[in-house]
Amino acid sequence: MGLKSLEITLKCHKIIGGYGEGEALVSHEPICFYLTDPKTGVVRERSHELAGKNLANKVLVFPSGKASSVVQIDGLFKLASHNVAPKAMIVKDVETVLVVSAFMVKVPLVDKLEKDPFEVIHTGDFVKVDAEKGTVTITKRTS
Amino acid sequence: MYLTKEEERILNGESGEGTQKALELLVAIGEAYDAERMIPISRAHAASSGQEGDLYFVELLANGGARCKVPTSTNPVYDLEYFDNLFEIPKDEAEVARRVMEAYKRVGAILSWSCIPYMAENIPLYGETVAFSESSATPYVNSVIGARTNREAAQSALAAGVIGKTPEYGLHIKENRKGTSLVKVEATLKDEFDYTLLGYYVGKQIGYGIPVLTGITKQPNTEELINFCAMSNVPGAISMFYMPGFTVEASTVEEAFQGDAPEDKIAVTDYELKQSYEELQTTSGKIDFVMLGCPHYTLKQVEEVARLLNGKKIRDGVSFWVCTSATAKMLAERIGYVDVIEKAGGHVVVDTCIDEPCWIAYKNKVGMTDSPKCAYYRRFKEAMVARLQDCVEAAIKGKWG
Repeated sequence: MGLKSLEITLKCHKIIGGYGEGEALVSHEPICFYLTDPKTGVVRERSHELAGKNLANKVLVFPSGKASSVVQIDGLFKLASHNVAPKAMIVKDVETVLVVSAFMVKVPLVDKLEKDPFEVIHTGDFVKVDAEKGTVTITKRTS
Repeated sequence: MYLTKEEERILNGESGEGTQKALELLVAIGEAYDAERMIPISRAHAASSGQEGDLYFVELLANGGARCKVPTSTNPVYDLEYFDNLFEIPKDEAEVARRVMEAYKRVGAILSWSCIPYMAENIPLYGETVAFSESSATPYVNSVIGARTNREAAQSALAAGVIGKTPEYGLHIKENRKGTSLVKVEATLKDEFDYTLLGYYVGKQIGYGIPVLTGITKQPNTEELINFCAMSNVPGAISMFYMPGFTVEASTVEEAFQGDAPEDKIAVTDYELKQSYEELQTTSGKIDFVMLGCPHYTLKQVEEVARLLNGKKIRDGVSFWVCTSATAKMLAERIGYVDVIEKAGGHVVVDTCIDEPCWIAYKNKVGMTDSPKCAYYRRFKEAMVARLQDCVEAAIKGKWG
């Protein structure tokens, strides 16, 4: 098989527009941005499956946000002001606070991927999110 | 999402950049929830704070020339002048607070700086469509008043205030206001602190949902309902609840569940309230401060503090704080409550939230509060939670337990 077969493009629904690309980081648990190191983007929530992982400049795939509006927004805002916010976010369930958070830091946010994002995207894949066109392009990790 | 011609023009920037940004945010939220259209609101409450994210958005709107289209009140930050005279507040922190307050003024908000604006400054009526942020105000407005609001962020509420609209989704739709959990209250509810414990327990058990409470035998008063709303949103996210017979929207349990069966059921007895209380007693002994007014005390609660402190003296070395709204303090001064509290050695402060950098002097101190919400923010080394009367007594003695 040629290289092309490793790349798939899926339709998605734009919530916050823009374009972002990077290595995928997949979390099966909801994420609270306040519980990350604002200077580095390392997840500090001890019991979280991403504990110790760095979400800086990643395309973050996760089910939903969590925690109060003030801390969630402040958390992502601090990451962005240190240039360590994710490049794009792909979610399953979106709520008001996550929309506001993404809007404030201008990170593309999409949902309703035509296939289950947790089945088609794995940590380490290279993902391009074009929210304006409503597409997500996944290049599988080859190793 | 369907947009009117006027909304399209705003999105194209024809009404200025601030208004454009506000509508962009509302459309994004509408998209997230598959809302079909925008609906008009009559008022909003923006949960302003002294935080940088808050500053960014309100300045984005203010600098872009946006003005609130409907009455939009504000949450407490802190009384800069009052605290500047007492403590050293870090200059950069004070500057953020100053700029936040100035920007809300520029967008034409009602500068209430109160977390209970529905008491005086910005009061919805039954059936009104509004956008109220502040996790304790949202359930009060939905349940006690019977107006309709979603659980808003400060920014989405401000944007709604500027546009005068909100996307039609969530609790604006009748079917989504259906009860989810049946809560059988078998505990005796004697006072507003019992409602604090009840709210805390129910929030913790339900997490996210719309509880329907039965078994309450006496009409709860305003302060009891405020406490229930605030504390159920400390360990949980309760944007609406029913107490059929006492709250306005459903007169029976069946109506609250819209004819469906509850998804789950819990019971609350005196035992659960006692357990919750004990969980909040993290330490005992000498105290450095007492912090009251989270949420902001009503005039009636300020009166109660004055009654308990009348002719008494707060022990040297104990700081005693009552946070309230500017409106309530004005009346409390006029009536004489403030004088009594100050003579006893206490402070009555307005415009101030207990989760702000102005409290930096108490970072390593141990104190007491009647609010689990206040204790939760961890601005202090330790804050024990007890009844108002116990807090006042501890302030006089200088110790608790």
